Amino acid sequence: MSPEYPEHLRYLDSHEYCGLEGSIATLGITAYAVEELGDIVFVELPAVGSRVTRGQTFGTVESVKAVEDLNSPVTGLVTERNQPVVDAPEVLAADPYGQGWLIRVQVEEYDPADTLSASEYRQRLEG
Amino acid sequence: MTRRTPLHDLMLHLGARMTKFAGWELPLSFHGILQEHQAVRTGGGLFDISHMGRFELVGVGLIDKLQPLVPTDLSRLQPGQAQYTVLLNPEGGILDDLIFYYQGGEDPARGLMIVNAGRTAADEAWLQTNLPPGVRLENTTSKQALIAFQGPRAALWLQPLVDLDLEKLPGFSHSPVRVLGQPGWLARTGYTGEDGFELLVSPQTGEHLWRALQGAGAAACGLGARDTLRLEAALGLYGLDLDESTTPLEAGLSWLVDWSKGEFIGREALSAQKHSGLHRRLVGLTTPGRHIPRHGYPLVYQGQKVGEVTSGTLAPSLGHPIALGYVPRALSSPGQTLGVEIRGQTWEVTVAKRPFYRRSQ
Repeated sequence: MSPEYPEHLRYLDSHEYCGLEGSIATLGITAYAVEELGDIVFVELPAVGSRVTRGQTFGTVESVKAVEDLNSPVTGLVTERNQPVVDAPEVLAADPYGQGWLIRVQVEEYDPADTLSASEYRQRLEG
Repeated sequence: MTRRTPLHDLMLHLGARMTKFAGWELPLSFHGILQEHQAVRTGGGLFDISHMGRFELVGVGLIDKLQPLVPTDLSRLQPGQAQYTVLLNPEGGILDDLIFYYQGGEDPARGLMIVNAGRTAADEAWLQTNLPPGVRLENTTSKQALIAFQGPRAALWLQPLVDLDLEKLPGFSHSPVRVLGQPGWLARTGYTGEDGFELLVSPQTGEHLWRALQGAGAAACGLGARDTLRLEAALGLYGLDLDESTTPLEAGLSWLVDWSKGEFIGREALSAQKHSGLHRRLVGLTTPGRHIPRHGYPLVYQGQKVGEVTSGTLAPSLGHPIALGYVPRALSSPGQTLGVEIRGQTWEVTVAKRPFYRRSQ
């Protein structure tokens, strides 16, 4: 069973996804990242009202196995953070593109050239 | 080139997520580290540990000839007993930790050493250099399958498959055995803090044994769970918690050092360290949050870096992070609080008694 990469999302090499609706970006991590990390025990996300910067880290995901930085493809203001994921990281593993989203950002700066399409991302993974 | 164990195909067939470890391709996990961890704590779990180095030693007066090579007194070992010990460099630093299984026999006597995979080649060279004449060493790594079967139900589930009364096999003993009618060897040793066994069998018998035990209820487990289990039991991992720069006295292994025996490599250095006083000790650390102190993270006290975490994880049986690390002796008593720096922030950790987890008897 290979992981899914929805067509309407954009992807980073470092396994974050970005879903744009108008000027709001939803950021999360891909099914591949979830599978690679294994049991996720801890998610650290920025507070609502703080800023994230394109190309910089905005939080961390920690599993029993490893800790990974979360990278942002956008610059902007955090408008929402998914508290259920912070409280119960299992949600992230179960549904990374749905209930497992991480933060929503009011986008000020975004360059699609920083990101990959679903098929490009899949190609990176499969080599 | 990554090496594969005799059980490699079975592991893939069972859906293992593989990882590279010490030059070997091994299962990291099958159905999740936490689930596998729990299986070992409550029932039984199977691990392919065929990567671990094996040396068969044969020689007249084998025990006497090994005595100068280890700090532990082997003279009271009876055939069928095993001893955990270390190899030391002349500075008292740990070259490897291992279990020596004494098989006995008159002229010549036999024994088996099981060592860390990543140290096998170095150990072999060191042993060939330091073993006195008359002891023959054969590296038999990966000839056979080596399977660890660990957990409170291990004996119950293994018993129907072997021709030996497991009740008569105490901890740290071992014996030749028939497994599913085939010749093999088993020891009541492990690396999880649970009761359990390590079995050496042919690759084919290994596969049959694995399937039979899974049929009885055992879970296939990978290196991920092996690491969380050994850390809860506060068992050091060579390369992280133990290395050539740490002595057994610093690493909490002073019980391995027998001062009443004769000369052994590293004795002088250890003796000097004992008399001048230890500067640092390996301690257990706990922290109430969810941030895991990991290998290399600085340990701080009153704003100063005083040591480093050598390994850490979330302890699945305890529900909070645990770690091992070296701290100055003055800060090594249980209850002492220190800080650990995790990605720029300092969190409180407390020195804890080891092991973190102890099985109910």
